[in-house]
Amino acid sequence: MSTPKPYMNPYFAGFLLGCVLLGAFYISGRGLGASGGMRALVVAGVETVAPAHAESAPFYVEQRAANPESPLRGWLFFHMLGLLAGAFLSGVVGNRVDFKLERGPNITVRSRMIFVVLGGLLFGFGSQLGRGCTSGSALSGMASLSFGGIITMLAIFGGAYIMAYFFRKLWL
Amino acid sequence: MISPEFDLVIAVLLGAGFGFVLEQAGFSSTRKLVGLFYGYDFTVLKVFFTAGVTAMTGILVLGHLGALDTSAIYVNPTFLWSALIGGLIMGVGFILGGFCPGTSLCAAAVGRIDAMLFIGGALVGILGFTEFYEQLRPLYMAEAMGNITMASVLGIPAPVFGLLLAIVAIAAFIGTSWIQSNVRSEPFTLNPVHRKYYVLAGLTPILLLLLVWITPSHQQQILNHVEANYTAENPGKHRMVTDHLAYELMNHAHDYNIIHVHDSDALPDTLRSGVPGATYVHYRELLQPHYIPLLRSRYKNLIFVADDPELARKGATMALRIGAEHASWLNVGVSEFRQSIFEVPDPRQLTSKAERDRERFRVMAARTLLEIEDRLKHMAQPIKREPVEPSGGC
Repeated sequence: MSTPKPYMNPYFAGFLLGCVLLGAFYISGRGLGASGGMRALVVAGVETVAPAHAESAPFYVEQRAANPESPLRGWLFFHMLGLLAGAFLSGVVGNRVDFKLERGPNITVRSRMIFVVLGGLLFGFGSQLGRGCTSGSALSGMASLSFGGIITMLAIFGGAYIMAYFFRKLWL
Repeated sequence: MISPEFDLVIAVLLGAGFGFVLEQAGFSSTRKLVGLFYGYDFTVLKVFFTAGVTAMTGILVLGHLGALDTSAIYVNPTFLWSALIGGLIMGVGFILGGFCPGTSLCAAAVGRIDAMLFIGGALVGILGFTEFYEQLRPLYMAEAMGNITMASVLGIPAPVFGLLLAIVAIAAFIGTSWIQSNVRSEPFTLNPVHRKYYVLAGLTPILLLLLVWITPSHQQQILNHVEANYTAENPGKHRMVTDHLAYELMNHAHDYNIIHVHDSDALPDTLRSGVPGATYVHYRELLQPHYIPLLRSRYKNLIFVADDPELARKGATMALRIGAEHASWLNVGVSEFRQSIFEVPDPRQLTSKAERDRERFRVMAARTLLEIEDRLKHMAQPIKREPVEPSGGC
């Protein structure tokens, strides 16, 4: 396999991403997102595995009331599938598709695996409490000047900066 | 806005564009992402802020030019505590895991095993929230502030906040580039050929936002023009008198779109007080993009009515100005129109034959209009427009 191609200029990439985001607002009136698609998967999973539970627990009942169809037939899930496809295409173009585990230089594979799952847990939980993640709340919120979106953005990056010192061994 | 099936195609395409650019920018590399927090790589900040400023500028410029209905833009609602606490939890997750949901999907798509583990963790984390939703709901719903924007909180016009954001972003780009070159012990310079492009790219949003701020918007220009020139531009050729309107309603109601313009913020009491079948539109909102198809309809002629005939005349002038083929206006107020049709005068006062004929016509008209009103009883409610709500969450 040949060597990966260099990444795009960050400002140009940002400009393109901004255009996609603007297109999303122009066409659909809403921005971009990622964690919503994951939630659709979770809700669909619960509805399949424990249908009785899904009919009584309040979150699933509210979800169903808002989207009577299966969550897997909704905008957010298809959006996520598109994200995967687009990223894969870019990986192919840039020669970057490769099964590997990336980690900081000074931690073991085992600890990287533990911490990445923990990080996912927290991010997944936080994205639901904060009504959206870095894309849906922070980025789309910045574009629409949403107060809540910008607060969430500051909290995400603020939280990460505060903790960065304590977890520097993971990355440096 | 678009049909449900096509909606999903659009969702995939927008997602694909999103994923492609994220991966091209290097967001599939966890070490590149985390570099932001240790000063060795600020790619994330540069991409993120450039994208935010680009889209924000685009929205404000398109709205200013009248090409985008900014009232239909979804501003995610603010629930202060959940936004803050959720954000902090996400921040900790970011440092521990080295991804956020979007970037983890992006990295998993190009085969990163750690990203797949992150997604697994995120799914469990989401499940944790959905399972304990009942207990978390008080926090989740606390301090609801509605769909407010940064500009409205600070009490400044949106383009001014946009300008501040753009300036902060550019300052952050310069500052972080300086930090990055120090951390990496590289010289802090720009290739002089590139330098002018960077300056140009930085000035563009600032200039655009300044223009949005200081120039009147497309809508404001039309409003000003109509306000100043409506008597000259609409000298009375398109005026419609009470009996003419009643006749058209009785015989050709389907050929017309009747638009009742008003200028108060309270919704008018529609039934039994207006012209049957009228669409109620606030005068200032007449130019919103979602009314354009109504105003430019090729198959229906427009009749403007209002409580004040001058307002109806302004509405008709505006419609003609933005491309309506035919727009008339009722030359009396709506209540006067109703009074003429529905109130039967004392027969002894009708002296000439013409007056008696007219009264006979009006009695007939009153009967037909009441029938139309009855038919429309359940349809005549004014439609309150809400911003487009996504089916939830991020």
